[in-house]
Amino acid sequence: MVTVALVGNPNSGKTTLFNRLTGSSQRVGNWPGVTVEKKTGKLRKHADVHIVDLPGIYSLTPYSPEEVVTRDFLSEVTPDMVINIVDASNLERNLYLTTQVMEMGVPVTVALNMVDIAESRAIAIDAGKLSAALGCKVVPICALKGEGVDRLIETVLAAVGQRPKHLEFSENTEKCITQIEKIITPRNNVSARWYAIKLIESDSLAEKVFKDKLGEIKPYIQALEKSADDTGEAIIADERYAAIGRITATARTEKKKDAVTKTDKIDRYLTNKWLGLPIFAGVLLVVYFFTIGNPEEAKWYNVGAYLTGLLNDYLSGPVYDACVSFLTDAGVSSTIIGLVCDGIVTGVGAVLGFLPQILVLFLFLSILEDCGYMARVCFVMDRIFRHFNLSGKSFIPLLVGTGCSIPGIMATRTIENDCDRRLTAMTTSFIPCSAKLPIISLIAGDIFGGSAWVALFSYFLGIFCVLISGIILKKWHSFAGEPSVFIMELPPYHAPRAWNVFKTTLDRGWAFVKKAGTIILLATILVWIFSNFNWSLNYTEDLNDSMLAGIGNAICVIFQPLGFGGDWRFTVATITGLIAKESVVDTFALLFEDGIVGFITSAAALAFLTFNLICAPCFAAIGAMKRELGTKGAGFAVLYQCLLAYAMGSIVYTVAGLCYGDPVLLSNIVLTVIALAVLGCLLFMKDPFKCINRGLPARSEVL
Amino acid sequence: MRTIKDLQNGDSATVVRVHGTGALRKRVLDMGLTKGAPVLIVKRAPLGDPIEIKVREYSLSLRSKEAELVEIERF
Repeated sequence: MVTVALVGNPNSGKTTLFNRLTGSSQRVGNWPGVTVEKKTGKLRKHADVHIVDLPGIYSLTPYSPEEVVTRDFLSEVTPDMVINIVDASNLERNLYLTTQVMEMGVPVTVALNMVDIAESRAIAIDAGKLSAALGCKVVPICALKGEGVDRLIETVLAAVGQRPKHLEFSENTEKCITQIEKIITPRNNVSARWYAIKLIESDSLAEKVFKDKLGEIKPYIQALEKSADDTGEAIIADERYAAIGRITATARTEKKKDAVTKTDKIDRYLTNKWLGLPIFAGVLLVVYFFTIGNPEEAKWYNVGAYLTGLLNDYLSGPVYDACVSFLTDAGVSSTIIGLVCDGIVTGVGAVLGFLPQILVLFLFLSILEDCGYMARVCFVMDRIFRHFNLSGKSFIPLLVGTGCSIPGIMATRTIENDCDRRLTAMTTSFIPCSAKLPIISLIAGDIFGGSAWVALFSYFLGIFCVLISGIILKKWHSFAGEPSVFIMELPPYHAPRAWNVFKTTLDRGWAFVKKAGTIILLATILVWIFSNFNWSLNYTEDLNDSMLAGIGNAICVIFQPLGFGGDWRFTVATITGLIAKESVVDTFALLFEDGIVGFITSAAALAFLTFNLICAPCFAAIGAMKRELGTKGAGFAVLYQCLLAYAMGSIVYTVAGLCYGDPVLLSNIVLTVIALAVLGCLLFMKDPFKCINRGLPARSEVL
Repeated sequence: MRTIKDLQNGDSATVVRVHGTGALRKRVLDMGLTKGAPVLIVKRAPLGDPIEIKVREYSLSLRSKEAELVEIERF
């Protein structure tokens, strides 16, 4: 059993190579304890070779979970061989990682990818000379076209076990490394040299491993730093790049200096001062046009919405009927038929019906990601988001969330900064997803005569809540953290790779289906039971007699300040919204024979809308949050969302109620004032974590 | 002290020193902004920030606050 690890920079073609090496034997999971994706597979035609795809990283610092996962894997598991995929058109920065991996002492084979792109920029790389200068085998490949991959596999299998050379730093630095190596003895397979270099860099994880020897080690490092007049980190980084420069000088020839690339030419328009934002808005509209939209009104070219409409009709029509007749013929009791058909098929079907829209959305997003445009989106939007303690990278999950919160929450994985990631995951559901559109349409249509500003209000409300949450939550200790490091590569554009795009789309679609299958199934069954049985656990046709009505009646009083507590049916509708937000509309259809007009005032309708848009999302989305935030995190998120929804609902009802002439009680006003005061305080109070959040030294350190 | 933030679009310069601490500084160094590295300022985002630069053959974007940490000198 041979274990081969795949290591490389983001955008170096690692995923493409991994797909080529493993084909359909890939399995996707999670590294234990972190939300970092783990991909493994078997090498094609070599079932005994196990390939592990490590996350795309630029370096081996202790600062991000991706880098730590890679370090841990290379030091604890010690693969038999590491394939380091290197982008030939970006040699120096890629070799920065290569040399660090080589220093760990694991055998390395360099797969030199994208040689064709380098050539198109008039850059030629001699693989043989590079191999000689670097001290390990270098195999040129084109992962995209599959060229050189067989030779790579041959070379890898032949070179198993061969320890690579390492970089030579300057005399002073080498002296320091030798001095430290004498003091430390690593207990794992990693070479002492790697640890010595990390200790010079003041690497916190390395310092933890050798904390009892630190006293002896520090003087040598301090001497080195004094002689170079710089910190250990900078010394190592400088010398590493210098050594790499000497290596590439032997192997790399550039026939034309600083050629203007195709990417530069495209970016002249896409990130143009005047055209950049309009083009971006245009892209959004295109995506929106093909995916979202009311499934009932969609034409065939609104692909996503149209297919969703078809699937919904199919599931609620032929499939439903087939279930009913099958079970009836089988002599199953009508109660069970009700459970299976009205409960499970309808409930789960309502959510599964979304699959086409979600697949089309994911398809577009994968294309945009794969071709390199997403990085430009972050680049363009960062300025706005920064002011609210989010980063441009938060924009994509929020954008995806307009279709469905679940992939939106899943998309937060790409955000490196842990606090930002969790904050974005918590606030993604504030943006109205396509499931909330029926609620918006219903309220707009029945209560406000089809006015368009109801939809506008909903979106602005969502954005507003996202922004203030960014400010408020940063003041909560578990979200305080160093400001996100934005520094981001803008990868060259390239045509989206069909296989990659389809694979990503299908993976995400499947994750959505799994989520629907498990959580929603459970929740649907529960709600069905509660709405069809009374407290004596007898089946009842009368909804007013059911347990759900009982619960509704008991709870509805808390919604009195929001204006819709008078009629228990609105509370029940809100509860059913937890299964799927569209259920709110279904519940109205079930409980109000002639619609909700006359049972709720305009102001209360607005408050109802507010509460349902902002409160906890559907169970499937809560499940996605649980996956990204952990159980405690998801619990906190739900609590926060419901509290914020309640506060906003109260404010909306009181203000709208006074405008519309509702009988607003004094208690409502008092509650609203309290809500405003609390929100105001949270927004404007001094940030107790200001120092951490701004990345400044703590006051005590300064003094 | 002149930093990347002070440069105009189209300017070239060489990195002199990287200031700051912690993860941000390490990231700046790791991405190739080390002593002696030539940089070219390409453009600023439509809203004025972040800044796109070319360093070591590739395009890097960084916020003005991050660019402030990189001391440069023009040649």
